[in-house]
Amino acid sequence: MTDLTKLTLAEARDKLRAGDVTSVELTETFLKAIDEADALNAFVHKTPEIALERAKAADARIAQGDAPDMCGLPIGIKDLFCTKGVPSQAASAILEGFKPEYESTISQKLEDSGAVMLGKLNMDEFAMGSSNETSVYGNAINPWRRGNDDAALTPGGSSGGSASAVAADLCLAATGTDTGGSIRQPAAFTGITGIKPTYGRCSRWGVVAFASSLDQAGPMTKNVRDAAIMLEAMCGHDEKDSTSVDLPVPNFEAMLTGDIRGKKIGIPKEYRMDGMPAEIEKLWAEGTEMLKAAGAEIVDISLPHTKYALPAYYVIAPAEASSNLARYDGVRYGHRATLAAGDGITEMYEKTRAEGFGHEVQRRVMVGTYVLSAGFYDAYYNRARRVRTLIKQDFENVFAQGIDAILTPATPSAAFGLGEMTDADPIQMYLNDVFTVTVNLAGLPGISVPTGVDTQGLPLGLQLIGRPWEEGDLLNTAYALEQAAGFVAKPGKWW
Amino acid sequence: MLDLTYETPKPKVIAGAKHDWELVIGLEVHAQVSSNAKLFSGASTQFGAEPNSNVAFVDSAMPGMLPVINEYCVAQAVRTGLGLKAEIHLKSAFDRKNYFYPDLPQGYQISQLYEPIVGEGEILVDMGPGVARLVRIERIHLEQDAGKSVHDMDPNMSFVDLNRTGVALMEIVSRPDIRGPEEAAAYVTKMRQILRYLGTCDGNMQNGNLRADVNVSICRPGQYEKYMETQDFSHLGTRCEIKNMNSMRFIQAAIEYEARRQIAIVEGGGEVSQETRLYDPDKNETRSMRSKEEAHDYRYFPCPDLLPLEIEQEWVDDIGKGLPELPDEKKARFINDYGVTEYDASVLTAEVYLANYFEASVGKGDGKKTANWVINEVLGRANKAETAPQDLVAPEANAAILAMVASDEISTKIAKEVLEIHIETKDDPAKIVEDKGLKQVTDTGAIEAALDEIIAANPAQVEKAKQNPKLAGWFVGQVMKATGGKANPKAVNQLVAQKLNG
Repeated sequence: MTDLTKLTLAEARDKLRAGDVTSVELTETFLKAIDEADALNAFVHKTPEIALERAKAADARIAQGDAPDMCGLPIGIKDLFCTKGVPSQAASAILEGFKPEYESTISQKLEDSGAVMLGKLNMDEFAMGSSNETSVYGNAINPWRRGNDDAALTPGGSSGGSASAVAADLCLAATGTDTGGSIRQPAAFTGITGIKPTYGRCSRWGVVAFASSLDQAGPMTKNVRDAAIMLEAMCGHDEKDSTSVDLPVPNFEAMLTGDIRGKKIGIPKEYRMDGMPAEIEKLWAEGTEMLKAAGAEIVDISLPHTKYALPAYYVIAPAEASSNLARYDGVRYGHRATLAAGDGITEMYEKTRAEGFGHEVQRRVMVGTYVLSAGFYDAYYNRARRVRTLIKQDFENVFAQGIDAILTPATPSAAFGLGEMTDADPIQMYLNDVFTVTVNLAGLPGISVPTGVDTQGLPLGLQLIGRPWEEGDLLNTAYALEQAAGFVAKPGKWW
Repeated sequence: MLDLTYETPKPKVIAGAKHDWELVIGLEVHAQVSSNAKLFSGASTQFGAEPNSNVAFVDSAMPGMLPVINEYCVAQAVRTGLGLKAEIHLKSAFDRKNYFYPDLPQGYQISQLYEPIVGEGEILVDMGPGVARLVRIERIHLEQDAGKSVHDMDPNMSFVDLNRTGVALMEIVSRPDIRGPEEAAAYVTKMRQILRYLGTCDGNMQNGNLRADVNVSICRPGQYEKYMETQDFSHLGTRCEIKNMNSMRFIQAAIEYEARRQIAIVEGGGEVSQETRLYDPDKNETRSMRSKEEAHDYRYFPCPDLLPLEIEQEWVDDIGKGLPELPDEKKARFINDYGVTEYDASVLTAEVYLANYFEASVGKGDGKKTANWVINEVLGRANKAETAPQDLVAPEANAAILAMVASDEISTKIAKEVLEIHIETKDDPAKIVEDKGLKQVTDTGAIEAALDEIIAANPAQVEKAKQNPKLAGWFVGQVMKATGGKANPKAVNQLVAQKLNG
């Protein structure tokens, strides 16, 4: 009998439609897999009752014959998405016990399309982190290991729980969010596919905000086809989000022809960083060759302001975060510190936020407050905004030259060990985002596709960056790369 | 429209111990936008609702909630800008003003610091017939109101009511063109009048729907003129801002106090420090709230949840076409078309409903007489009865009564009697005159008969009156008395003169 957990989203959809399997069967199988995988700490809140209820409803809908693609497919939802009546804490102590009375637009759209929510997935606190180690729930663990070494590795972050769950076959797919690389980096670390669509494609309504001008939701899936299917269900205009764009959503899956003949793929020289590991360089070169072999034209391009992207990102994102996180004050919901006699409102704020926010969140709130403060605003925040404009122009220039997509590494390394970065300078951790933040700053779509393994057998991914609003074309290029790379490795089950 | 010419008032001068001082005042008026829903949420703006009942998820800043601009509030701001002859910015943007307070759930107020929706405009502040101050408006921006903290319900706890949180406010910022406490109050009065004409703010100061921050500084005579020439603030003194004033009387008292406080400091060799102050009406003084050093660092930055607000010129033009006649135009028209005095025109145009009432009362009659009638007879009675004039007397009744006076059917005195009866009974004025037999006696035969009787009965009086024609009035009075006031006074006068001289 086939192991249902190994199915891709597309395969499961086809089996459901063919009547080979029911959504309830699929759901029960995944719920069991989740229960057996507590060691991965991917799911921080399981919702079996909701899952089975939705699975039954989905089976009824499928029986009627006109069910959408996602109908009956069990998925996980990142804890950053508010889900009605279900704990939604953004993996933070400050949202202790918070159960929203509303459903985020994205999770609602997925529910409306019949998808089955299995539970909420681990992440870095408020999506701030690259290793999942800032979570109040403790970190999720990467199902992959280095050869026979059983040291626990990070699944990446911030969507580490989503990545771990999809890689370990605990769900068919998961939602992620990406502010500086939080979908693409964990996807690369766990050998799965993750796409961050163009800013404005997916509604941010009901997604706990980290940095509003950069945050964007996207799917994390086992392959490119699955990403196309799930992205279509997530996209669309939402009048509740003023930054959501009113554009038609194409049938992305139908655009996956694998034909990229004549496409111009840019290779940006600035992404060839000093000290780049040889295996990353090799992976990138191989990916370039694969696209060339598939008929694409390879063009060397320059994105001259790339080196300023990371510092600009680490000014803009904390600035917005410092303001977005001001609402967590203990007044209306979530954690409120126990006060001592004589304590006033200031003590309530200080104690609540000191207890409720972890160190990394506190660091970013303080950095953000600093860069926006009088006397420093121009030197930091305004300068960073100008850099952002220049980075955006870099991309516009190469797209104007006819470049269709840009190929870069997704991460500077394979997954690292949990705890390895604990004593390091925070900047070492921030460097994980070096290839991904430019895409957020420019608002472009970017996708991470697994194309190889390192010497220790850990997955590595390449990133493709597309033109704004052309996710379909980007997915097709990613599909061609995926076909050529033929990446099929899976982590051995140890949990 | 006809422009009224006016003189500029003299600035208020306060004599200090050593010198004369002038005042320089600028106002920031916070006007609550009249709208059913809040600036960025669909929650109701209704005043007086149960605490925390008009609160959408975005108002209470629940995680992941996003603001969506209310188009009607934008239209109201544009309407206000047009009413103040101001430049409308087709592109504006929202910024976040960050500070912590329990009645500010987001931890920031969404406002428009860098790119306000309305730019420079002007407002003519009437200071009396023929005297007015043209005050420049610097900008108007849209922003969210905060909620309300309640500190006196419990000894240990404070409560927060978020009903007002997120309600749209317009902050209307003037240039420092106001030169005295009375001018400041007149400025707010005129602003309130225009906003009420436009229907963009109800102007209810008691409910806090219109409140003002007042910036006050002092300067030596001549300095202000140098500032106006150069627009260089260094010619002016250091200003203090008095926050959150919601009474015309307190605005005047606070400015007066604050100016004297600053004069005393400067004349004593000290320096005024820039700060925010609060006015205490009980003690009639202003007190320091926070100094410049303690001033909040609001960390303004563009709100990333909202795209820049772009509006079309055509949309603005449509709003402009729908603009009502505004107080200055209406006043000029009343003066020109009805021949009323500027003072009367000011009274009648204070509120739109009153102006409409007046115009409906004029009917085909005389504007000036109608103005006197409405102001002296109707408004007097309405004020006494604490009701609106239209609830006391329909304008058509005024027109009917005044028409009867004009055609000599009744005298002015009888007209007042008819008005009283009409207020009581709501009967048609013509019917009242008919039923009560109040019609003026113009039949000279009847008047003559009455007069002859009086002459015959008072020979001594007749002799005296022949010596002193001023005493003829006594006979007029007697005739009026005998006819129950219905005799046409003109006819009586004529007959009395004839008989006594004849």
